[in-house]
Amino acid sequence: MARDKTSFASMAFTLYTLIQTAILCTNAIAVLHEERFLSKIGWGVDQGVGGFGDDPGVKAQILNLIRSVRTVMRVPLIIVNSACIVLLLLFG
Amino acid sequence: MDLPHQGFRATKQRARAAPSAGDAVLFDDTSSAAPGMNSQGFYTPAYNMAGPSNDMQGAPGVNNLFADPMASAAMMYGSSLANQGKDMVNKEINRFMSVNKLKYFFAVDTRYVLKKLMILMFPYTHQDWEVRYHRDTPLTPRQDVNAPDLYIPRNSAMFSPEVLGLCASTALVWIIIEVLVMLLSLYLLTVHSDLSTFDLIAYSGYKYVGMIFTVLCGLMFGSDGYYVALAWSSCALMFFIVRSLKMKILPSISSDSMGMGSNSKPQLRLYITVATAVFQPIIIYWLTSHLVR
Repeated sequence: MARDKTSFASMAFTLYTLIQTAILCTNAIAVLHEERFLSKIGWGVDQGVGGFGDDPGVKAQILNLIRSVRTVMRVPLIIVNSACIVLLLLFG
Repeated sequence: MDLPHQGFRATKQRARAAPSAGDAVLFDDTSSAAPGMNSQGFYTPAYNMAGPSNDMQGAPGVNNLFADPMASAAMMYGSSLANQGKDMVNKEINRFMSVNKLKYFFAVDTRYVLKKLMILMFPYTHQDWEVRYHRDTPLTPRQDVNAPDLYIPRNSAMFSPEVLGLCASTALVWIIIEVLVMLLSLYLLTVHSDLSTFDLIAYSGYKYVGMIFTVLCGLMFGSDGYYVALAWSSCALMFFIVRSLKMKILPSISSDSMGMGSNSKPQLRLYITVATAVFQPIIIYWLTSHLVR
């Protein structure tokens, strides 16, 4: 059993790790700025909604996803990040 | 007139202590207890019983709880409050997960479980993989062997963390990651399938059955047995997943499907199905290899 515990040290995914990962990924998507960055690499909102057929395509879906994550998660991310900062300052 | 009446009510109340407290909000008990007691909650019982309190205390303590009118009034208030809380909790839970959908996944019986386990381990002879419908809603697992269920994955996910020494949270995390990746890929490729989130959880949970089988063989027969069992259950599980998901994701050939279901490139859908299937044995191997070194 001790061998299991030590070999699991690298793989001990807890739920807390998952929450941390989710927050980091959402932050990463939210900081992609529309004008300064996405338009420069051809991923702006005007370049995504090309065909109005019933098959938007992978790129349009990704752009849609980024834009909606930015819009929806802006305020909750502010709250969650502030809470994380306070908790990390207090409890390391 | 009041005193013997109250005494009569007290004895009747004590005799019916158990049902009246529990059924207070289910039906209006208009028989012996005070008629306004159940519907009006707190104040009426206090008012009714506060009067002849010395008479009740004079009676020998048949039931000590109801000798004190305040306690019985408080109990009734508490039970009505608990029912309100229960309703509120049910309403909140129903906003997040619909319990009816969950009930669909657990409507299994023994015959279904045995057949499903056999299909999981030996899927090569199963002929008809289509999920049967009944007026547009999928049949419950009792009637249709192909329907996904959550009973088997839940039990094997519970047993496999114990067998493997994983804490359940790691297994849960892996399930969540895998379901999120599947959902993301399905959304990105605009696959209009009727795979709900719970269906994906169900299909992801089937690999724990294979994992338990693999680990048990590994423990019983040593590392050779482990590899043989790993290969067998990987092939079986890959076959099972591909055949099950093929019906849902890839364009169906049945006559009642609209042509719009297959607009995104079919080879991308094929890639998703195959990638899901290949992902399963990798995960099984990664999560169990440390046990059989």
